[in-house]
Amino acid sequence: MRVTRLAALALASLVGVSALSACSSSNSGSGSDKNVTLTYWASNQGTSLDNDKQVLGPELAKFTQQTGIKVKLQVVPWADLLNNILTATTSGKGPDVLNIGNTWSASLQATGAFVPFDDSVMAKIGGKSRFLGGSLSATGAADKPPTAVPIYSLAYGLYYNKKYFAEAGISQPPTTWAEFETDAKKVTNAQHWGLSIEGGSVSENVHNVFTLSQQQGGAFFDAAGKPTFDTPQNVAAVRQYLDFIQQDKITNPSNAEYAQGTEALADFAKGKSAMVLWQAASGSLKQLGMNAADIGVAPMPLPDPMPAGGKKVTSMVAGINLAVFKNTKHMDAALQFVKFMTSTPEQKVLNKTYGSMPSVTDAYADPAFNTPAVQTFKKILSASAAPLPAVAAESQFETLIGTAVKNMLADAASGKNVSESDISAQLKAAQQQLS
Amino acid sequence: MREPMWFKWTRAIGLAVLALFALIPVWVMVTSALKPLADVQERFTWWPSHLSAKPFVEMWKTIPLADYFVNSLVVSTVASIASVVVALLAAYSLSRYRFRGRQAFSVVVLSTQMFPGILFLLPLYVIFVNLGNTTGLQLYGSRTGLIVTYMTFTLPFAIWMLAGYLDSVPRELDEAAKVDGCGPLGAFMRVVIPAAMPGIVAVLIYAFMTAWGEVLFASVLTDDSTRTLAVGLQGYATQNNVYWNQIMAAALTVSVPIVVGFLVLQRYLVAGMTAGSVK
Amino acid sequence: MLPYLLLVPAVILELLIHIVPMLVGIGISFLKLTQFYIANWRQAPNAGLANYRYALDFNSAAGKQLLHSFFVTIIFTVIVLVVSWTFGMAAAVFTQRPFPGRGIVRTIFLIPYALPVFASVITWNFMLQRDNGAVNHVLVDQLHLAGGDRPFWLIGQNSFYSLVIVEVWRTWPFAFLMLTAGMQSISQDLYEAAGLDGAGVWAQFRGVTLPMLRPVNRVLLLVLFLWTFNDFTTPFTLFGKGAPHQADIISMHIYQNSFVTWNFGTGSAMSVLLLIFLLVVTGGYLRLAKSGSNDA
Repeated sequence: MRVTRLAALALASLVGVSALSACSSSNSGSGSDKNVTLTYWASNQGTSLDNDKQVLGPELAKFTQQTGIKVKLQVVPWADLLNNILTATTSGKGPDVLNIGNTWSASLQATGAFVPFDDSVMAKIGGKSRFLGGSLSATGAADKPPTAVPIYSLAYGLYYNKKYFAEAGISQPPTTWAEFETDAKKVTNAQHWGLSIEGGSVSENVHNVFTLSQQQGGAFFDAAGKPTFDTPQNVAAVRQYLDFIQQDKITNPSNAEYAQGTEALADFAKGKSAMVLWQAASGSLKQLGMNAADIGVAPMPLPDPMPAGGKKVTSMVAGINLAVFKNTKHMDAALQFVKFMTSTPEQKVLNKTYGSMPSVTDAYADPAFNTPAVQTFKKILSASAAPLPAVAAESQFETLIGTAVKNMLADAASGKNVSESDISAQLKAAQQQLS
Repeated sequence: MREPMWFKWTRAIGLAVLALFALIPVWVMVTSALKPLADVQERFTWWPSHLSAKPFVEMWKTIPLADYFVNSLVVSTVASIASVVVALLAAYSLSRYRFRGRQAFSVVVLSTQMFPGILFLLPLYVIFVNLGNTTGLQLYGSRTGLIVTYMTFTLPFAIWMLAGYLDSVPRELDEAAKVDGCGPLGAFMRVVIPAAMPGIVAVLIYAFMTAWGEVLFASVLTDDSTRTLAVGLQGYATQNNVYWNQIMAAALTVSVPIVVGFLVLQRYLVAGMTAGSVK
Repeated sequence: MLPYLLLVPAVILELLIHIVPMLVGIGISFLKLTQFYIANWRQAPNAGLANYRYALDFNSAAGKQLLHSFFVTIIFTVIVLVVSWTFGMAAAVFTQRPFPGRGIVRTIFLIPYALPVFASVITWNFMLQRDNGAVNHVLVDQLHLAGGDRPFWLIGQNSFYSLVIVEVWRTWPFAFLMLTAGMQSISQDLYEAAGLDGAGVWAQFRGVTLPMLRPVNRVLLLVLFLWTFNDFTTPFTLFGKGAPHQADIISMHIYQNSFVTWNFGTGSAMSVLLLIFLLVVTGGYLRLAKSGSNDA
């Protein structure tokens, strides 16, 4: 029968294709811990994806040695991380344990994709009291158990170039925005600009505008969780940010194009700008070849006098959280891994390497966290940091506001005057898109 | 026919302008790949300050470029060959037989070219994962899933082009082969395939290029170990310094094989297209 | 039986990769599939036509932006189509007759088409940077245009022109390739006959080349239209996840609406609207082309 032969050929060609290309996909068997392999998605904390693998590799080996549980590590670039989490959530097939940006906590909590860290789960990983209170404030909605636990804590600070400040005759970093403006104009000259910003980056924009809005007494969501994007305080905050380029001319308009999340810092490291608002950057600055003696760091300036209702906030609560995927087949192993990663010794090693701050209090006993820079950040985090709104729509808020600010910065940089009514209209349009 | 002077001049100028337009990015790519890092971080220059082979050495270390390269190679090769096999069978059927549903099949297949990828990206992902859970056939995160996806993407064009090509192969050839004692399959293998070779090569090139360059589906359907070049190349931008010279070196490296292959084989593509569209 | 069996592999693949996912996608467009349901999307509540109403409410910001994106895409597609076709036709006519160096010129023209999109478009991104890009180097540093002010190319108004230029650069070689292929099948006798009638270069082009290329053009224009209209890779590689407002073409807009704001219901509804539009345009075009060819 030729017909059947032909059909068989057709089928075989198909099967052959799959067989030919089927690669060894891991088949994680259940049973004793000895055979368990956890999949762990790490975020990109080091200087490159490869660097992360080198940093985490030995630590994961320690974990395997202690528990017999193997860990398959994947370092996911920031550009892909949220998408990958989303698709994993939709399909129910994801890693066992994963890093998330702490600002996404409330949004991801709403999907129900992660294991909630209620008291019994917390007890399994050593209890809630081990963690820094500030960092725990960015782990989900206030009235629900945390959806993740903090692993790396970060905050924004104002990095300034001591050499340029000295050349301009400035002895102290600015503490008020008025001082900041004066200083920034002094250090802006033909060779370098006063401040560099990552103006094309959605997340950097929204983080900065959030802090500025807090200082103005603004909020992007009211107590009931309803969006309030276009309040006068928020408009003022955006205006202040745009004016770095538009009015004060202390920022290179080209910065509106910076979208990689690295370029503003690189400008600062190379002496093209005298200041930059950034999270823990000493490691990167060193790698970029900046002279350590030139690097100073201080809290972001505050308005003086404070506007009515203004809060003395100089940073968002930044950081990375560790979550357990609900569909994991190895719940106990996953929790053991969380316990290990948040244990005091691991917190010391990892945060030292990444230049971030430990999220558990005991780790601060280590002298490595007593440097002036870390002290500054620790103070910011404990005294003047506020978490981004812990509402389900948080990630949309970040995208919508960050994008709106990015577009307005582009306009300002191309010489268009962005007025307060323009800002208000943009913020209103962003709010309408929040579904 | 004599060509008037004005035509010769217009032609010379027109061709020069178009060639310049086509080549400037190529020039930028090649020279920037040979620049030291400092050069690409300052004002643009047409020539490197000095030639540096370092980008070509370091690009392999900054991201796992070699792994991505292998993934792309495997996926594109298998997808293009498989696509040709499947398309050839379908095209033979469409070209040689008249049957119920023939028209409907052609219309549906061709109209899939219109589907916006974004519409079925998420559903496809979910289907892959569910197939994996129920049948054990791992399509998500494996090369197989990507291969199956890509071969389907090229099917409409491949079937259409090969059917056009087979139409131009005289039926008498099949008949003659059948008289010689071959069955339909024999005729197919011995007569039709050799005659349709230019069309087959054309489809191979097209399918390979499609798979090599696709970004959207690869970004969602692959994981760390199966990432392709099209997605992986973005990894250079995640470093804390933007290594434009390495990016250009990598872009050049992943382009050379495909450009050379295309230029060598392009006459088949031209022939295949002629057969497909001019009927 | 045999003709059907031969189609089986193709049908299975089409069902698995195209048809079923598309039907699922259409189904999703009637669901309220937001972040609250993605983990358990079978339980997403029925939204009826709410997603469509949301997308098509041109008084709200979302509707306005979709409309804006749609018009940007239309203008973008028309410009790219016209310019690419013109470039391709000019290049094909210019290289129709042999001259020294013709092979090299043809090869050069095909390079932009042969380069993988992500590799060439990332090069364009590098060239279009404001401070260190090649484009501003030529315009500002070498030609001293723009009054010494360095224009932006990747953000703001110019981003639209950047996208058009890059897209034209990528697509015109394809038009060239198709038209060259078409011209090779035009019999030389036709030109000779026209030449005897005293037709010059221009008259021959209008009298012989254009009419003979009609079948090729019919396919070419449709293919170019669909590719350009649906193109995602070029804007995505050029601008990243969010395109500038002025260059927010529809594929990017829908991507932003489904993957970035996590509302797959509205994203799908917008895709379905796009699909309907493309079906109508293509159907109308094919009908028109058919009647046109009957007249000829």
